[in-house]
Amino acid sequence: MIYADQAATTRMSEAAINTMVSVMKENYGNPSSLYSFGQRAKEILEKAREDIAEVIGASPEEILFTSGGSESDNQAILSAAELGRRNGKTHIISSAFEHHAVLHTLEKLKKSGFDITLLDVHENGIVSPEEVRNAIREDTCLVTIMYANNEIGTIQPISEIGMICRERNVLFHTDAVQAVGHIPLNVRTDQVDMLSASAHKFHGPKGVGFLYARKGIRLSSLIEGGAQEKGKRAGTENVPGIAAMAAALKEAADHLEERAAKVSALRDRLIRGLGQIPHCALNGDAVRRLPGNVNFCFEGIEGESLLLLLDDKGIEASSGSACTSGSLDPSHVLLAIGRVHDVAHGSLRLSIGEELTEEEADYMIQFVQEVVAYLRGFSPVWRDLCAGKTRFIL
Amino acid sequence: MALYSEKVMDHFRNPRNVGVIEDANGIGEVGNAKCGDIMKMYLKIENDIVQDVKFETFGCGSAIASSSMATELIKGQPLSEVRKLTNKAVAEALDGLPAYKMHCSVLAEEAIQSALEDYERRKQSGE
Ligand SMILES: Cc1ncc(COP(=O)(O)O)c(C=O)c1O
Ligand SMILES: [Zn+2]
Repeated sequence: MIYADQAATTRMSEAAINTMVSVMKENYGNPSSLYSFGQRAKEILEKAREDIAEVIGASPEEILFTSGGSESDNQAILSAAELGRRNGKTHIISSAFEHHAVLHTLEKLKKSGFDITLLDVHENGIVSPEEVRNAIREDTCLVTIMYANNEIGTIQPISEIGMICRERNVLFHTDAVQAVGHIPLNVRTDQVDMLSASAHKFHGPKGVGFLYARKGIRLSSLIEGGAQEKGKRAGTENVPGIAAMAAALKEAADHLEERAAKVSALRDRLIRGLGQIPHCALNGDAVRRLPGNVNFCFEGIEGESLLLLLDDKGIEASSGSACTSGSLDPSHVLLAIGRVHDVAHGSLRLSIGEELTEEEADYMIQFVQEVVAYLRGFSPVWRDLCAGKTRFIL
Repeated sequence: MALYSEKVMDHFRNPRNVGVIEDANGIGEVGNAKCGDIMKMYLKIENDIVQDVKFETFGCGSAIASSSMATELIKGQPLSEVRKLTNKAVAEALDGLPAYKMHCSVLAEEAIQSALEDYERRKQSGE
């Protein structure tokens, strides 16, 4: 089996698993208890906070533990909106290809009177800092732009956007769920005010994440109850999960450069190989992209059938086709970079990790080529294209 | 839990009656690239019986399996039977489809009915 869906989730690292098990077995105390057993759990929690803060260039008190990327996104955006509303500022800037955790939260705010500007992400899948600058108004309370896109892997000019927001005194949040642990980032030099991350994308456990919020930013809580997390996130902390997240992140950070170099080389090998298939196109900028992301559209075929046949060959991948999403529309990300429906349905995302070998990459290239050719062999769309009845788009 | 039944996967992996009939006397194409599934059915009808049927499909697993099953259900059948084919019958013959995939079986029914209409039209215009 070749697991090529690392953007969906990753395998937990040995370090993360060992940490998690040991905390579950030996330190199951409640960090809020005052006896020493509880206080040991509290120490583990605070050590995790320090370790995570160090990796992203933050201070420990700026890290809030959450249940993952979605919760972090919700809390960051709703907090900024709350602060904005108090000052009569109800305009938010974001981009058209954000994760639904961001887009749906913005839609909810829109219903309660916020004005939302979704910036174009252009054909290469990259937001223009100049367009961010031009979109900022007197009443803008938040700019939220993802660090790297989860489908097409494009890396956004975060430090440039951060500089503009700082200049204009507007809060800047970034959904860095796909970036943290994979590419170098630093909340100080990037001038980010809030940042979302999720452990299961960097070999940590599922259902754990964190939100960085710069000192002085008043967060609103989504969950009311006890005084955990300085009252900003009630509920007994997921100590084993949080400790495992910190272990996973430390390990990812320690090996970041060497892994990114290795994975990028494999990515480029895949891009070269798949690029040989007639009438295909790489989605998103070829250079400014995550080390592990490969995303293509193949004209004349549909993505789900491609995935099922690849699964038969032991290759696990994903697609932005409608029939994989359960709706009639293909991925909003592919539509946002200007792919028309006809070709957006025929997309394939391979998201790879450091465990992949060159042989496996070549095996994937070979089978994707074969499966695309096989499906085109009985596709009426492909027949019309080849007969000249319709025009090739790619 | 598998997304699809064994039957669906069998028809998806080994679709029956794939291809084109050069001298088809009824051809129907339905669906559009916008929704993600397109089916084309070719019928060869003689003496009010479907002597041969072939299909081409651009679409998901259940679209391909539905086309394949639909062709099996009508092959060799008299037109009176073919007209009664429903998407429910196709889905049932496949041991069911996930609810959000039922539209794919609807397309199979429509593609066949559309090919039948084409056949009637050609007959009326008399060739
Ligand atoms: C960019 C991005 N944001 C947010 C999320 C949601 O993260 P989680 O699954 O931890 O809630 C994901 C994961 O799919 C993601 O890729
Ligand atoms: Zn379908």
